[in-house]
Amino acid sequence: MAKNNEFLWRRLHSLLGIIPVGLFLTQHLIVNHFATKGVDAFNEAAHFMESLPFRYALEIFVIFLPLMFHAFYGIYIAFTAKNNTQRFSTFRNWMFVAQRITGIFLVIFIAWHVYETRWQVAIGADKADFNMMADILGNPWMFGFYVAGVLAATFHLANGIWSFLVSWGITQSAASQRVATYVTLGIFVALSVVGIRALLAFVV
Amino acid sequence: MVTATEAKKITVEIQRQDTPDSEPYWEAFEVNYRPNMNVISALMEIRQNPVNKDGKATKPVTWDMNCLEEVCGACSMVINGRPMQSCSALVDKLEQPIKLAPMRTFPVVRDLQVDRTRMFDSLKRVKAWVPIDGSYDLGEGPRMPERKRQWAYELSKCMTCGVCLEACPNVNDKSNFMGPAPLSQVRLFNAHPTGAMNKDERLNAIMGEGGIANCGNSQNCVVACPKGIPLTTSIAALNRDTTVQMFRNFFGSDYMVDN
Repeated sequence: MAKNNEFLWRRLHSLLGIIPVGLFLTQHLIVNHFATKGVDAFNEAAHFMESLPFRYALEIFVIFLPLMFHAFYGIYIAFTAKNNTQRFSTFRNWMFVAQRITGIFLVIFIAWHVYETRWQVAIGADKADFNMMADILGNPWMFGFYVAGVLAATFHLANGIWSFLVSWGITQSAASQRVATYVTLGIFVALSVVGIRALLAFVV
Repeated sequence: MVTATEAKKITVEIQRQDTPDSEPYWEAFEVNYRPNMNVISALMEIRQNPVNKDGKATKPVTWDMNCLEEVCGACSMVINGRPMQSCSALVDKLEQPIKLAPMRTFPVVRDLQVDRTRMFDSLKRVKAWVPIDGSYDLGEGPRMPERKRQWAYELSKCMTCGVCLEACPNVNDKSNFMGPAPLSQVRLFNAHPTGAMNKDERLNAIMGEGGIANCGNSQNCVVACPKGIPLTTSIAALNRDTTVQMFRNFFGSDYMVDN
């Protein structure tokens, strides 16, 4: 009989969500924040990122593969749940559902975002700079889509940190889990401010 | 029996099912109210006189029960949307009409009766016992500190009632998750000084198919548990133990007993 590796897959899913995907998201939002310092500052930062050595290896092994695994295994997890917030409308049960909804939304958003930015640059149809983002975000629908995407991502990461702490047995007591809720809520707010400020910088 | 002063009635709506494979349907009953009624006494009234609200004779309703004091776990059902024991569900504290349904996380046998075999299978899988059988007298085991015994007693209150599985969004027909109850039993038996001698076997069992990693942290179980067992703390503690066990399995030596 084949060995059942579900435990390892689940733990890997939990780990990859934080390292590297969560770290990458944080880095990505912080680099975006250069947009608040002006067109040149952003372009310089974007240029620095795209001229990193071993760029393709970094993109594939630090971003693409971990993200793909996290996304597709996450879809499987989301669709094996039978949500019951009508019966149990507790905060944690709502977070459970929200984690799955934002996850599914993020698969759609990130697919579109990668196509519109990274893929278009890869095929030479566009150039990754301030103007590209300003063009995209000039459309109010797209701006709304990106705001939703950033908020979904920051929520999914923050709440994911909370469940990472439980899933690896770091926060065990109800008290530590409650404190972790407040800390991760703070992470959600802080990263959201960074992300939304960057988005606003492209349109005003 | 309607007396001169109109007897107070309560309405009980029951989701019924004639066979394990047939379609469920709702049927309403009216029961004469008595003070301090519980859901079981209302069901007993219906069984005495199986006539539904429309005055039509019908099949008596079936349900499981045994101890009638919330320690056996047999009479669990979904009452007004929440899974709980029907023996300790008092009519005076319930919203009317009282809606009863079987815990559909489990296969329905008939009406409110479900088959909780999967829970007992899980307990076997995770070795939720202390193995002491041998061909000779093994003598006394290590002493258990009294404070530890008192703590473990809370975990031992689990009556395999199934309420936590019914409450868990990850226990359903699309997943093979064993649910919170058998996990917490692993913590109980791993805490026992003699039981701890087989700790790694239990941990490896819950690291298998449908095991602990399927927990999605909705934490409904700890809210629903009628015995107030700290199920989410149990799961988080076992998460740490299985993390250690995972590394030990891969990096550790061949020695696994009692460490």
